[in-house]
Amino acid sequence: MIWDSTDTWIVVIGVLAGISSALLGSYLLLRRMSLMGDAISHAVLPGLAIAFLVTLSRDSVSMFIGAAILGVLTAIVTQILHRNGKVEENASLGVVFTTLFALGLILISLFANKVHLDASCVLYGNIVLSTLDQVSVWGWMVPRAAVVLFIVLLIDIAAIAILFKELRITSFDPAMADTVGFNPWICQYILMSLVAVTAVAAFEVVGSILVVAMIIVPPATAYLLTDRLLVMLVLSVVFGALAAGFGHVAAITVPIWFGFEDTETAGMMAVLAGIFFLLALLGAPRYGILGRLVYRVSLSLRIAREDVLGFLYRAEELRSDQAHSWQAGSIGQAVGISPSLARIALVGLHRAGQIVRHDRSWSLTNQGRNRAASLVRSHRLWETYLAKHFDLPLDHVHRAAMDLEHVTDASMQVALSREVNNPSIDPHGKPMPEAKDQENDPQ
Amino acid sequence: MNSEIQSESILPNQDLPRSRSARDEVPPGREHHPDSPLSIHDMTVAYHRKPVLWDVDYDAPAGKLIGVIGPNGAGKSTLLKAALGLVPKASGKVLFFGQPYRSQRNRVAYVPQRESVDWDFPINALEVVTMGRYGKIGWIKPVSKRHRNVAMEALERVGMSDLAKRQINQLSGGQQQRVFLARALAQEASLYMMDEPLAGVDAATESTIVNVLRDLRDQGATVIVVHHDLQTVSQYFDHVLLLNMRMVASGITSDVFTQENLRKTYGGRLTLLDQAAEALARAGE
Amino acid sequence: MTTDRIIKQTWLFMMMVVMLVAAPLFAGEVEIQENISFVDQLLRTLSLRDYNTRLVLTGTTLLGLASGVMGTYMLLRRRSLIGDALGHATFPGIALAFMIMVAFGGEGKSLPGLLIGAAVTGLLGVGAVVFIRHWTRLKEDAALGIVLSVWFGIGVALMGLVQSMPGADAAGLESFIYGKTASMVQSDAILIAGAAVTVVIVCTLLFKEFAILSFDVDLARTQGWPLVKIDLIMMLLVTLVVVVGLQAVGLILVVALLIIPAVAARFWTQRLYLMIWIAALIGALSGLVGAGITNLFAGLPAGAVIVLTGSSIFLISLIFGSYRGLVVLLTRRVRLNRRVRYQHLLRALWEAGELKQRASQSQDCITLKWLLQQRAWSQRSLQRLLKSAQRKDLLLFDPNKETVRLTKSGEIEASRVVRNHRLWELYLIHYADIAPSHVDRDADSVEHVIGTDLVRELESAIADAGDVLRPPPSPHKLGVQS
Repeated sequence: MIWDSTDTWIVVIGVLAGISSALLGSYLLLRRMSLMGDAISHAVLPGLAIAFLVTLSRDSVSMFIGAAILGVLTAIVTQILHRNGKVEENASLGVVFTTLFALGLILISLFANKVHLDASCVLYGNIVLSTLDQVSVWGWMVPRAAVVLFIVLLIDIAAIAILFKELRITSFDPAMADTVGFNPWICQYILMSLVAVTAVAAFEVVGSILVVAMIIVPPATAYLLTDRLLVMLVLSVVFGALAAGFGHVAAITVPIWFGFEDTETAGMMAVLAGIFFLLALLGAPRYGILGRLVYRVSLSLRIAREDVLGFLYRAEELRSDQAHSWQAGSIGQAVGISPSLARIALVGLHRAGQIVRHDRSWSLTNQGRNRAASLVRSHRLWETYLAKHFDLPLDHVHRAAMDLEHVTDASMQVALSREVNNPSIDPHGKPMPEAKDQENDPQ
Repeated sequence: MNSEIQSESILPNQDLPRSRSARDEVPPGREHHPDSPLSIHDMTVAYHRKPVLWDVDYDAPAGKLIGVIGPNGAGKSTLLKAALGLVPKASGKVLFFGQPYRSQRNRVAYVPQRESVDWDFPINALEVVTMGRYGKIGWIKPVSKRHRNVAMEALERVGMSDLAKRQINQLSGGQQQRVFLARALAQEASLYMMDEPLAGVDAATESTIVNVLRDLRDQGATVIVVHHDLQTVSQYFDHVLLLNMRMVASGITSDVFTQENLRKTYGGRLTLLDQAAEALARAGE
Repeated sequence: MTTDRIIKQTWLFMMMVVMLVAAPLFAGEVEIQENISFVDQLLRTLSLRDYNTRLVLTGTTLLGLASGVMGTYMLLRRRSLIGDALGHATFPGIALAFMIMVAFGGEGKSLPGLLIGAAVTGLLGVGAVVFIRHWTRLKEDAALGIVLSVWFGIGVALMGLVQSMPGADAAGLESFIYGKTASMVQSDAILIAGAAVTVVIVCTLLFKEFAILSFDVDLARTQGWPLVKIDLIMMLLVTLVVVVGLQAVGLILVVALLIIPAVAARFWTQRLYLMIWIAALIGALSGLVGAGITNLFAGLPAGAVIVLTGSSIFLISLIFGSYRGLVVLLTRRVRLNRRVRYQHLLRALWEAGELKQRASQSQDCITLKWLLQQRAWSQRSLQRLLKSAQRKDLLLFDPNKETVRLTKSGEIEASRVVRNHRLWELYLIHYADIAPSHVDRDADSVEHVIGTDLVRELESAIADAGDVLRPPPSPHKLGVQS
């Protein structure tokens, strides 16, 4: 891997683009307007072309004004079509942005000699070329794109900092925001103009589709990891920056491993953003697929353990004077789980010191008996409760209680007992175990 | 050695945990009618593991007009949807005329809530009713005259024949509901399951619909109606099923529709059960 | 003629159009030899007799037709933007297919191979959208955005690799993004024709199935239709359109063709088969006119012109559409206002008559002054209203004495208006808790909305409403309404 100042600048520019896009994208995601990012990044094209035609220069300010106007226009026209023309929302967005994009392409080709923009630059951007166009900043030669993106980033941050409260309330509950005096439309249009300006600044560098990737994917990744707005903003910025930075590294290293030359940095940035998303999709603790899978497995393990514990308690209750030998297979059969799951449950209980092994059989320890008594108490209290409130055969209340006992914590048990007047027997006539200690912990 | 305990576990007053997989089987001690138009065995339904219906066990009597009554969120609509397989069941079994739904489809008609479809869809009343025949027509074959006549007759029965060509978004709420009813009639079923057909309709529509339902019953069909208006229950229904997450009571209206049962059904939420259901839902996330 | 026969004929007609439009593809080969010497010149001229021009026109017209048909279903199922994700998701497939074909020593640019690759990753993308929506808490819009941008990113990265593949000529692969309408060859056009024919045939055969899937999924499920299969067939057809469209107009603009004609068609009709037919027509027209314009003015990007043509037709439909175009809505509103004004006038005159009758005055003439007090209307607008009512022979207005009198036909009309009005009032008084949101107070006749039975009931609710043709007395006190 050869790394020179060009590579550094590419990473800097990419990171700047990633950060501003991700910041705004978070709000779009929360407003369920992610596709507006896609639409706007296409729809600004005629704005750019017109700005070129009017000023006959690649002047950033006029480009941004053109882009912002088109961005807001897209939002407004989409709304009008949806409200007044009764066109379905996604469809009206689709009509507006494809039309504007087509218009932009035509303008560009009509005035090809005046507009120095070509369609492929719009779609792909050219990050390598953009590092070559340098300007002097206090004596340092800095790529113009980096300066522009930095200023845009500052504008974005400033706008979000100033409007933090307004943006939050209008994103969360536009109707409520309206009633307390925050006009949701103003926030909406400010956001749209920021998106348009950012998209223009970034797509010179990474191309329009990849702006979309930066606007949508890092915030979506962050959204899977947290429920808090501020954390989400920070995380999406981090993911945006990481995707941009590592994207370039990946672009110049990964293909080499497979015997190719390097590839498009912009493409790899989107791919990296996608990989981060995939990782979050699988691994996020609360909303990830693996996390939920692990949780589900551990939940069924816990339920199996508790069922085994309850079973041993009930068996003791029936045959308190006799020794009996319970083995994994027979326990599993009685509880309704497979022998191997029963074995795992037994090992777990044994390790927790709740059961002991005698020869080839298992019995409860005192600690285990307390825990089991609490479970059985929950179970029988639920049966009493359900029998009181519903007209059901007794074998039916048993089943529901089987589910409920596993989520009943100490306070719920107390409330339950109070609700059914602290009975001493359950509807089947079984004794209600005493509430000895309350270490009943559903975790 | 464990056979003693196992044999005891069959006793009805035994609370030994029975196998979880055994939940799908018919529980002992409760006989199900072999050819009840709809028999629900021990059905539990959960959205994201949060139970919406617990262990509903019910046999619909044949040839009756049956009201499903309960407060909002009691799972009335879910009962119909889960029975028809439109939402997944967590456990339990449902038989139609003693058979699985798959083989009895043509004998069952379902009327969803009015909000379940897009009334802006480019289609007219007659075409909506004709859709009720699609199941009988089968793949690819176009709608024949015979089927369209059946649809037209169905529209006539609900007093809508002069609006057959009217666009569905130009119909009033009551008329839309009548179109849905006509669509079910066009299915020529023996069991009709209707989700709030009388919600938000005008008085004329209400009396038309109720008359049609009575006609159906008099012709031997079974009609199950989710209903929200307690005032009219005794007037409309032969049987009722009181529901609030669980079946509170069921039977002949005069026996079951009592103050005591209503209090059980509507009398406040069962907060503890709600809490536990929430906990189950969280556990299942 | 029954609806079904119309539908059948519509489809047959559409099939014929497809065949007709596609015909030159096969007939043209002869001409190519005739024209071969001056093809170069013809390309730059306006002549549409040129084989290539016709090829292009045929291709784009059929593409527009097919995408109009599929777009209608996508619009009705609220899936308009799925085409966007699908289109972008085809890109990595093209690059990948090229790489695989080159790796196995192939030529790399074999069109079927590339299109199969495009279809595969496109469908994978749609699958990923469904997966993300189902398994995470992200909503549809985010799922679409993630797929379209990440897939496209993969495509860009792969394309970067393709450029540097030894011994591979990747030039021209980019035409899938922007389209290469002008350089369409016969095989491209035949491909599009094949896709169009497939779309039309399948949509004809499965009209019923697609309709029930789009309108009421629950009903379809209770009837036992295999929804997943039907849905898959529909998505395969959409993929087919997108993939063949890539060649013609490029991936971003094929998205437009899937959306715009369908949305435009919605303004013209309220019947499903007509909507499909109109969308197909608009799509075809966009393709034909757009490609035609491009042919006239060299240098324009054909895809963009086709889309802009479609957008213009959309704009026309939005304004002039016969079903819910703005003009129709506006005239309907104006007409409604006018009718309401007439009704107010007639009612005021009728009630004045009733009052005078009660006071046993002569009921011939009502003065303008009295009328002016009845409602918040200005003297001028009232006079204008009176004059136009006189023209309709509803009343006699004497401008000098400023008196008004109903004519015979005016009396009949007024009695109808008053009767309706009072029945409505009664209805709202008795049934307001049930119906208010559904009451269309401007219905021509009360019976139509609330049913004759109820009208009878309402009429008998008033003791002296013996004559149904006469309006019942007003339930409230008449006179100046303040």
